[in-house]
Amino acid sequence: MIEAKTLPTNYVTKPGAIKSSSGKTLRTEEMIVNMGPQHPSTHGVLRLEIIIDGEIINDVIPHIGYLHRCFEKHAEHMTNYQQVIPYADRMDYCSAITNEWAFALAAERMLKIEVPERVEYIRVIMAELQRIASHLIAVGTYGIDAGAFTPFLYCFIDREKILDLFEMTCGARLLYNYVWIGGLSHDLPPKFVEQTKEFCTYFRPRIKMINDLLTYNEIFVKRTANVGVLPKDVAINYAASGPMLRGSGINWDLRRDDPYSVYDKLEWEPQIGKGEVGAVGDCWDRHIVRMREMEQSLNIIEQALAKLPEGNVQAALPKRIRPDKDAEVYVRTETPRGELGFYVVSDGTASPFRVKARGPAFVNLSVLPEISRGAMLADLVLIAGSVDIVLGEVDR
Amino acid sequence: MIEFWNSLPPLVQSIALAVPPLVFIILYALVVLYMEMKVAAHIQDRVAYMRTGWHGVLQPIADMVKLLLKEDIIPSAVDKVFFRVAPYVVFAGTYAAFAVLPFSSAYIGADLNLGVFFLVAISSLVVVGILMAGWASNNKWALLGGVRSAAQMISYEIPTALAIVVAAMITGSLNLQEVTKFQDGGILNWVVFGGPLPLMQKLLLLPFTLVTFFILFVAGIAEVNRTPFDLPEAESELVQGFNTEYSGMRFAMFYLAEYANLFLVSAVAVTLFLGGWSSPFGEFMSGPVWGIFWFVVKAMFFVFMQIWIRWTLPRLRVDQLMYISWKVLTPWLFACILGVGFVLVI
Repeated sequence: MIEAKTLPTNYVTKPGAIKSSSGKTLRTEEMIVNMGPQHPSTHGVLRLEIIIDGEIINDVIPHIGYLHRCFEKHAEHMTNYQQVIPYADRMDYCSAITNEWAFALAAERMLKIEVPERVEYIRVIMAELQRIASHLIAVGTYGIDAGAFTPFLYCFIDREKILDLFEMTCGARLLYNYVWIGGLSHDLPPKFVEQTKEFCTYFRPRIKMINDLLTYNEIFVKRTANVGVLPKDVAINYAASGPMLRGSGINWDLRRDDPYSVYDKLEWEPQIGKGEVGAVGDCWDRHIVRMREMEQSLNIIEQALAKLPEGNVQAALPKRIRPDKDAEVYVRTETPRGELGFYVVSDGTASPFRVKARGPAFVNLSVLPEISRGAMLADLVLIAGSVDIVLGEVDR
Repeated sequence: MIEFWNSLPPLVQSIALAVPPLVFIILYALVVLYMEMKVAAHIQDRVAYMRTGWHGVLQPIADMVKLLLKEDIIPSAVDKVFFRVAPYVVFAGTYAAFAVLPFSSAYIGADLNLGVFFLVAISSLVVVGILMAGWASNNKWALLGGVRSAAQMISYEIPTALAIVVAAMITGSLNLQEVTKFQDGGILNWVVFGGPLPLMQKLLLLPFTLVTFFILFVAGIAEVNRTPFDLPEAESELVQGFNTEYSGMRFAMFYLAEYANLFLVSAVAVTLFLGGWSSPFGEFMSGPVWGIFWFVVKAMFFVFMQIWIRWTLPRLRVDQLMYISWKVLTPWLFACILGVGFVLVI
């Protein structure tokens, strides 16, 4: 579905095109345009081959692979499991913590290690901060896609504050290498708890501000309501996940439905699209799901900060990490984009025999042609933006 | 003075009349370039450029110099003649429209009887230039931008022209100098408040003139392709639209025309509805020189409004754009024309 598809030479206009008075389909000249890989609104090096009839889209063919870095092969050639984590960081560079956590979780399940409770809470706090930062990018760039430049910068001001918290903790601002197998690279610095609490109180009104400025803006609603509608069954058939799936009204969140870490000890609600301004599963629903998830993440962070126990941040590990021969595990976690799964097979040596990553952005992208046929060119930009792809993870 | 002027050959007279708007456009472009960046920055919680001169005031000049010195790239597959001519056609259309703008009671480039008519006609030349640029670029995105632009500008000329009709009905003239003189003598004489008519008529006219002024302003934004109507150069969809392939001086020409157009639509709205060069305080601070001041200040206020709107709102879609023009603005204007006609007759 994703690979290059050659067009039939006698490509005819799809049903619904212009018809003459005698009912004959008029052949209007179609145009094939390339959107990307160097295009401002493909959010990276994605190439979309678009077949348009005037401004109406007849077909979209995504071409991917411009950012392929052989993550899986690299992971199999490391000298130990720990070395894979920086590579996992670089998959979805907008939410590195959740990636490294997913891989660390896979290794821990293979080794059957229990990590200290303090580690679990810190990981939850970090992952939720990361989720907010990632959603801020998604929401901000979505504003740019719709033509509103200002919300983007407001989002980045807030994201900057989260990055400062990360920098304070582990020194890095984008790719952290913070979650290690069996623990963390550093304990929380002093004052982290207070500053994160401050951020939470600061950020709540900011969500409302972005909502007022962008989400409930009349023009923005007009542009996104009833556009790119992803029905429930299509979403399930294409294995969509994350806000893409929840936007279609399906209440499915791995943090609740396949709980890992301490999510089951915290109170929060998965957010779903309800079709408030248009059909269920349109672009606006996916956008509002992200906005509301940020609030939920704040709830989680505040509870986790309150419950944060004292203790060690590194579990007792064997000197060399060697899972049993033929041990295999599939771990799935909820990243800001959806279900990120790692399937890891061990052959008893210090490096994994096989690593397979199931990336949410890659899977979500596959539904793009399905929901953008018949839309207008300007809508395609918004639909692609609402999928919230990160090409680093699509191509891996 | 008058005798000396009359003794000059006609060609020299024409040039002497034509130069001031050109100088004005260039100076104004520098100011508005700076203003746009600073206003946008403060809307977005930033400070914009601060290094070149005090608070970066010299930055527009540096930008201009950079654009002038840049290599003039002409892609090999373009239609060379049209590609070269297009920016100048666009600028010429805008610049020619400045001829009928009354900057003050003492200065107007060409005191035409059909000033407004000329303005509407000549500014349509801009569409031709943009279509030329889009077509000649041999770039599909540029072509899409050009076609969108043509459709949009032609559609929005209808509401603009109808709004002008309303003003012409009240003032009884198509000469912009006459229109302004009609409104002279204080803020309450402005057409937007019903013009210098008997109080009863003014009050009856007020709702119609306010609506018409608002529509003229909206249509003006659409005609200069600014957000929320900036589809021809929607950077998230069409990269840069019709001027994607341009660089250096030709690109600067498009920018100059765009900013000049920004002033033009504001100036037209100000002249027709807000008393042009006339002082809002009647006799106080009035006269030919104060006239220039008031004219520029009023127009710049609306330029500022357009910048403000641009950095706040998202963009509309093509069909929504057409919907607003044909199904919202135009019917309302017909209602206004009927209403104004009715009030003027009784």
